[in-house]
Amino acid sequence: MSKSPNANSGPLPAPAIDWRVGRGVSLLHDPKGFLRTYAGQLGITAAFIVVWLLFVVLAPDTFLAARIYAAFAQSIPLFGIIAMPLTLVIVAGEIDLSFGSTMALSMVGFVLVWEHTNENVWLALLMALVIGAAAGVFNGIVIVYARVPALVATIGTLYLFRGLSMVIMGGRNVHLGAIGNSLVYRISVGKHSFLRNIPAQFFWLLGIAIIMWFLLNRHRFGAAVYVIGDNAETAALQGIKTNRVRLTLFVLVGLAAAFAGVISSLNIRSFFPSVGEEQLLPALAAVFVGGTSVFGGRGTIWGTFLGAFLVGTIRAGIVAVGLTGFATDFIYGSVIVVSVTIHALLQRRFG
Amino acid sequence: MPNQRTAESLKTVPRLEVRGVSKRFAEMQALSNVDFRLGRNEIVGVIGDNGAGKSTLIKLVCGYHRPDEGEILFDGEPVKKLTVEGARRLGVEAVYQERALADLQTLWRNIFIGRELHNRFGFLRVGEMRRETARLMGESMGFTSTAVSPESFVKTFSGGEKQGIAIVRALYFDAEIVILDEPAVGLSVKETDKLLEFVRSIKAAGKSAILIDHNIFHVYEVADRVVVLDRGKVAGRFRPKDRTVGELTEIMREIAETGKTSVADDSSWDTAETADGGS
Repeated sequence: MSKSPNANSGPLPAPAIDWRVGRGVSLLHDPKGFLRTYAGQLGITAAFIVVWLLFVVLAPDTFLAARIYAAFAQSIPLFGIIAMPLTLVIVAGEIDLSFGSTMALSMVGFVLVWEHTNENVWLALLMALVIGAAAGVFNGIVIVYARVPALVATIGTLYLFRGLSMVIMGGRNVHLGAIGNSLVYRISVGKHSFLRNIPAQFFWLLGIAIIMWFLLNRHRFGAAVYVIGDNAETAALQGIKTNRVRLTLFVLVGLAAAFAGVISSLNIRSFFPSVGEEQLLPALAAVFVGGTSVFGGRGTIWGTFLGAFLVGTIRAGIVAVGLTGFATDFIYGSVIVVSVTIHALLQRRFG
Repeated sequence: MPNQRTAESLKTVPRLEVRGVSKRFAEMQALSNVDFRLGRNEIVGVIGDNGAGKSTLIKLVCGYHRPDEGEILFDGEPVKKLTVEGARRLGVEAVYQERALADLQTLWRNIFIGRELHNRFGFLRVGEMRRETARLMGESMGFTSTAVSPESFVKTFSGGEKQGIAIVRALYFDAEIVILDEPAVGLSVKETDKLLEFVRSIKAAGKSAILIDHNIFHVYEVADRVVVLDRGKVAGRFRPKDRTVGELTEIMREIAETGKTSVADDSSWDTAETADGGS
């Protein structure tokens, strides 16, 4: 940033710019532009509403009662929290498949510190986050500096981190019983009457989604993420430190994975070395169902947020509607295929 | 940047000078003993076939490569170990057809790539960037249609318009030397005209440009001077305005056949007075 823009460029006196320009596309004044700009987000919003209404009509007893939403608030953040920074990774044209294993490796650190510090939960949490960040740095170094494609590198670290967790723990499960009284527990997964007994992790999901939205849409970092995913050469030529940005993205996912690992384990007050295994596909599905392009350059946090709820709702919904368990994967898969196809078509039409 | 020079003395010094530069890559002598000057407020066309050394020359100026021999001077000051960032700081901005803009992003985001207006925490001043973009569209890009706005996606613009956007962006951020690398490739006649209009705006803004092309007729209309490279050497220099299209064709044929030309506008090509005046 060695230069400031020349505010006086051009010989003409500046004509008055409509103040509305600064507010972006307006639905009232430019409906076509609005549709073009927000096609993907409107699409996922419509899909979400349709699926939800379908469930309400087919299983009103379940979907008009609060209990199922409490269950969603408990389970969706486990992968939703990771899906948020994962959206940024994919917008930048990268991918991360290792976060499920990062959840486990971070929890290994958590458990070992917890056991060896006379159950100091804060230190354990810190250790989990440090390991999550380190796993991200490791991914980043292999991908950004050794230039191994992210898909390949993170398939490798998926096994590496999981295997390391297994080796260190020797397959041992750990019961975290007393942790239920700790402040960390209450802050991360507790239910509080002043929050209407909605599990705390739901608010973490909301908070992380809001932070990631600002980072992606209203911060220089996010501006760089979009350009890198769109045209990495342009980004480099315009002076963006592409390597640093890409490395940071993997660190963000690592941190989110560590936190998701802690939430998953505190939720059941136990550590299993298999923690995180089932979160890989829902998190990826949430990002892609939400309209983020695997080719990079476009994607939204709003899309991923609704994508996470769509993905998280379907499984429970299918059972509630009364379909047999054999049908779940079929319907689940259909919804994903249909929604990503719609996104592809919308992008060709409006993109 | 040079410093104690007075404005007066700066006038007589070329904006950019490449002096006796040679560059060899493993198997090929890309440039041998090339002299090149770019005056203030001047547009110089560099033409030559593929492999003539055009790209090597601009990559040296942009700091991508270092010369094996010779030196590069900005405002008369030799710059040793020119880096990409150093060249940018000195006001060199290259505009590449395919690499200038991010297609899937909006116009305002493209104008401010890597140079976003932001507060001290790095948060974007989005409204200001949108309004600045709207202002540039009206004042400098000639986009008056209501169909385009700062929110328009760059992929919806034509090839000539996109390069125009990149040129306007370079000037907006005070580029002193805009380098255009084969800007007319693949453009229709109409689009090329649009592009040339933008190239003229560089001069109107008081800045300089190097226009690289393999076709004399693209640069003919806008270049003050033309330098012809052939197999790594300067094969000829002339002022296109003094010559007819027929003469230009003749010069180019002569160079293609013999590697040099008998035409010599050299007496005036690089003296400070004429460089200063442009044409």
